[in-house]
Amino acid sequence: MDYNWNWGVLFQDPYLGWLILGVQWTFAVALAAWVIALVVGIVVGVGRTLPSRPISLICTAYVELFRNVPLLVQMFLWYFVMPEMVPDEVGRWMKRDMPNPEYVTAVIALGLYTASRVAEQVRAGINAVGPGLTNAAYANGFSVAQTYRYILLPISFRLIVPPMTSEFLTIFKNSSLALTIGLLELTAQSQQIAEYTFNGFEAYTAATVIYVCIALVATLVMQVAERYTRIPGYMGSK
Amino acid sequence: MADFDFDVIANNLPFLWQGLQLSLLLTLLAVVGGIVFGTMLALMRLSGILPLSLLAGTYVNLIRSVPLILVIFWFYFLVPLALGRPIGSFYSALIAFTLFEAAYFSEIIRAGIQSVRKGQVHAAQATGLNYWQTQRYIVLPQAFRNMIPILVTQGIILFQDTSLVFVVSLRDFMTVSSIVARTEGRLVEMYIFAACVYFVICFAGSLFVRRLHKARPA
Repeated sequence: MDYNWNWGVLFQDPYLGWLILGVQWTFAVALAAWVIALVVGIVVGVGRTLPSRPISLICTAYVELFRNVPLLVQMFLWYFVMPEMVPDEVGRWMKRDMPNPEYVTAVIALGLYTASRVAEQVRAGINAVGPGLTNAAYANGFSVAQTYRYILLPISFRLIVPPMTSEFLTIFKNSSLALTIGLLELTAQSQQIAEYTFNGFEAYTAATVIYVCIALVATLVMQVAERYTRIPGYMGSK
Repeated sequence: MADFDFDVIANNLPFLWQGLQLSLLLTLLAVVGGIVFGTMLALMRLSGILPLSLLAGTYVNLIRSVPLILVIFWFYFLVPLALGRPIGSFYSALIAFTLFEAAYFSEIIRAGIQSVRKGQVHAAQATGLNYWQTQRYIVLPQAFRNMIPILVTQGIILFQDTSLVFVVSLRDFMTVSSIVARTEGRLVEMYIFAACVYFVICFAGSLFVRRLHKARPA
């Protein structure tokens, strides 16, 4: 194997800065998208379990649509196609004047995509509570809104903390797709360093180590969260 | 929407079909490779031999914490270097997908193996089967039967993931669509068409999974 090792390159002037910038963008995309994913995902997930047929149909359609198209295609749809579909004025603004177009697009695309996955977890959590408690609530004269507010949501939100951990990790990994529309996040920066210095081994190792560290920290934080949100007696159920 | 140009799709249909064939081929090979290697990883983790289970566990957790794009970059860079000659992006992508998806398949297979009741293993050993015979004739056939719907679901996810070979310009369906989009200046038509094709294939796949679930008593 013919290869010039040079680990020092990672700490040299522009390259260390690139890596740090990449980490910042990765966090900026992942965290902002997570907010969208949580809000939209909870609304859609709850919607799928509502007794109203039209609402649950719309929410099911949302999940099927966003889950069955690759995230990369969705990125391109938001970035290249969306500005052409809206009225001319808005399209021109999106193409010319919108601040940070790559970032905004990546956050929207990743957020709405992850929302469909979060919605599935929320729905599974609500279904896991079981019909017994729901029927008991209705028998006591609770309205639909009260049943969700006081019975279903408090229990199901605690049940779904473990699967949400892995969704939270996935959003960090999926934020790397932002590089396809030109956002220089962590993976893109490591690839750029590899191209500039021919030290691909070092550059990709750096990115790998950083992703592993993010995963470890997130797992630790969520383990603590899981301990506090666990419901005694529900241990066996997921 | 009125000036949606269907001709650009019709004119480039053979080229697009080539791309789709490559996507499907890559999916098929990576699913087979991923299941074979994933089964090995799962058996290693459940072997009870500490170095083996530690090794497999570390591998699975490492792969599962990095993005697929980074893994594709890794092997695009690493494979030619290790072999000392360029071998083209198809093979490096295939290796990347097989090794990456094997980590995810191994978690599914591990759960599948654990779903086979312990009594089956004990009965096999009592009748004199050795470890490999027990796995080959008793555990794995039952485990795989239980896992089929989840394996198909993972196959659909893998098919969607193959679109990421775009980052190394391998000519799969996604890359080909974007080449047509750029050369013809028809981004709107091509990307909507690509989304429709992916949606139809993946949605049909998930309906098939739903039928598999209904066909089997839980």
